[in-house]
Amino acid sequence: MTILPTIRVQSTDFDVATETAAITNGRRDIGALVSFTGLCRDEGGALTALELEHYPGMAEAEMRRIALEAIERFQLQALTAIHRFGRIESGEQIVLVIAASPHRQAAFDGANFVMDYLKTAAPFWKKEHMQDGTSGQWVSAKDADDRARDKWS
Amino acid sequence: MVKLVYFAWVRERIGKGEEEIELPADVRTAGDLIAHLATLGEEYENALQFPEAIRVAINQEHVEHDEPIAGAREIGLFPPMTGG
Repeated sequence: MTILPTIRVQSTDFDVATETAAITNGRRDIGALVSFTGLCRDEGGALTALELEHYPGMAEAEMRRIALEAIERFQLQALTAIHRFGRIESGEQIVLVIAASPHRQAAFDGANFVMDYLKTAAPFWKKEHMQDGTSGQWVSAKDADDRARDKWS
Repeated sequence: MVKLVYFAWVRERIGKGEEEIELPADVRTAGDLIAHLATLGEEYENALQFPEAIRVAINQEHVEHDEPIAGAREIGLFPPMTGG
């Protein structure tokens, strides 16, 4: 049976409990469920918000490609990936990945894999809005994120 | 005619999010396209002065700079991604 991921790109917030229930409701075969939530941190009080720009259409398509690869590679039973765009205040949620499998290792690895590829291949860009009123700095891509992704190949 | 779409600081420096342009016949690859655009004016030159920092997608799929662009409907140019 082909497992289809749930992929959403949206400006509104998401609820982890609701998304988790959507996976587990009515099922008895799932043994492990790992969820990762990425938040907008305030960088020690310096950052008020992030502006998330995305490539409409490609963002969903790329997230789906990554999700399908994770399902295949780790034999996941379910996978949800939600990424927000627009202005996101510090403390708010940005991204959610939930992976389900019969045993824990595949669920941990599946969620980790999706996040590593999401950060380096899904077309999203972050711009910083600072507490002192300045804005306009685009967040730079990190070599550490490329290395994290490369460990899977 | 091919539709070009720009994102993040590439979009800001060029000064527009998208445009349709006619390409000379000798612009064959994604890398050729970046080099050609960089000759179209100061804004383009400023956005594309470091070609190795530019990522390319053809019809909404990532490609390398040596990818042929023949038949492309939409080509996206943007900086390395920073989502997640």
